[in-house]
Amino acid sequence: MLPFDFDYFQPKSLKEAVELFRYLEQQGKQPMFFSGGTELITLGRIDLAFSDAVIDIKNIPECKVMQYSGDYLFIGGALSLTQIEEANPFPLLTKVASEVADHTARGKITLGGNICAQIFYREAVLPLLLADSQLLIVGPEGVQTIHINDIFQQQLKLKKGELLVQTATERRFIEAPFFTVKRRQQWDTGYPLITIAALKIDQEFRVAISGLCPFPFRSQEAEAYLNRQGSMEERIDGALSVLPKPILDDVEGSAQYRLFVLRNLLYDALVALE
Amino acid sequence: MASKTITLHVNGEVRTITVRASDTLLFALRGKLGLTGPKPGCLNGDCGACTINVDGWPMKSCLMLAVEAVGKEVVTIEGLHDTPIQRAFVEEFAFQCGYCTPGFIMNCHSLLKQHPDADDRIIKEWLESNICRCTSYIEIEKAVKSVLRKEEPGG
Ligand SMILES: Cc1cc2nc3c(=O)[nH]c(=O)nc-3n(C[C@H](O)[C@H](O)[C@H](O)COP(=O)(O)OP(=O)(O)OC[C@H]3O[C@@H](n4cnc5c(N)ncnc54)[C@H](O)[C@@H]3O)c2cc1C
Ligand code: FES
Ligand code: FES
Repeated sequence: MLPFDFDYFQPKSLKEAVELFRYLEQQGKQPMFFSGGTELITLGRIDLAFSDAVIDIKNIPECKVMQYSGDYLFIGGALSLTQIEEANPFPLLTKVASEVADHTARGKITLGGNICAQIFYREAVLPLLLADSQLLIVGPEGVQTIHINDIFQQQLKLKKGELLVQTATERRFIEAPFFTVKRRQQWDTGYPLITIAALKIDQEFRVAISGLCPFPFRSQEAEAYLNRQGSMEERIDGALSVLPKPILDDVEGSAQYRLFVLRNLLYDALVALE
Repeated sequence: MASKTITLHVNGEVRTITVRASDTLLFALRGKLGLTGPKPGCLNGDCGACTINVDGWPMKSCLMLAVEAVGKEVVTIEGLHDTPIQRAFVEEFAFQCGYCTPGFIMNCHSLLKQHPDADDRIIKEWLESNICRCTSYIEIEKAVKSVLRKEEPGG
């Protein structure tokens, strides 16, 4: 049970949602966008999240689209991971998303919510980082389309009151060969020890990782090493030498063990995609 | 304004209740409607004991607010009567203490409806959402497979 009360709003348009957020803030409230809502419900219960004005975005049509327009696939931020998985318009996203939480929970967890979540795995962002996706964001300053790599640095850098509406991904990335594996400490469900996603486009590898650092990332420095000439060992050593810091060192796995697992995953990714 | 009167469609009936907007559906079903089939376990989305069906799909009712269920068809274990999966659980003895059973049955019921030709991969993917502390997993899997093989799916 949540140990606090909130008002609950269900705007039917983006304009209404953004204006509501601004209005509630002016009233001294702490409004929060609510998509799957699993974060507020689970973290709120143990006092790690709070809102007194919840704005549920699931009734906004733009947040629920899943369709091609020209060469771009648009996916609404309020679609559940299960909905995306069942329709399977983006196989790499399906594969990565289908490893998040468990099947039933994925019926509630949404794409936008996972990308914007506090919890640091945010695995569903990996395919979008690899595929140069564009993000449609709406806020007090209007609508903008931003390249994901310009706005996702460790986390999605939204300003207060801004809402992720849709992701747009070009078809050629969706059809590109990919590799992805989620390694857990044990069992087949749960948070990752390391999740790797890799994609080959224009003869070059791209790689994005969750679970290694306290944020998901794509590393162009590591990719530069992986795309060099040379033995696999040299290329992987090079990639491992330029990883972001800190490397997680916790009960899921020591930093050393994570790097050992990552080395093997990079090897598997190169073999699969070469 | 934090309390709201809402109308829910539960097990084929229209029910009107007053809830806090922050009440989970699990809490409202049990506390306001006396539907104690959905069980509280972890309250964190991990165990599946609270699983119900919403618009035909499995849902962990501890991960949903009661106010989010307005306009949706909610089915709890109390809404199933002598379905093939319930009979199969009895025939295969797919429980021991029974605490996880309503959640497992609701998940299996939805699986059989959504994927009447489910293969082993799909069965595993869906059933991983529920935990059985008494480890009746083999019998539960047998129960699902017996329905897939022999009978009309889902009832
Ligand atoms: C049982 C369980 C297992 C889990 N396992 C995993 C796992 O293996 N891997 C993993 O990565 N995560 C996992 N999670 C975490 C989970 O991914 C997050 O709780 C979830 O991603 C949040 O999604 P949501 O749609 O429920 O978001 P919400 O709870 O609705 O939102 C999360 C945050 O993002 C903000 N937000 C939501 N949508 C938008 C939007 N469109 N624009 C702007 N801000 C927005 C909200 O205001 C909130 O701050 C698990 C969670 C549970 C409950
Ligand atoms: S009580 Fe809902 S999943 Fe455990
Ligand atoms: S039968 Fe006891 S928890 Fe499953």
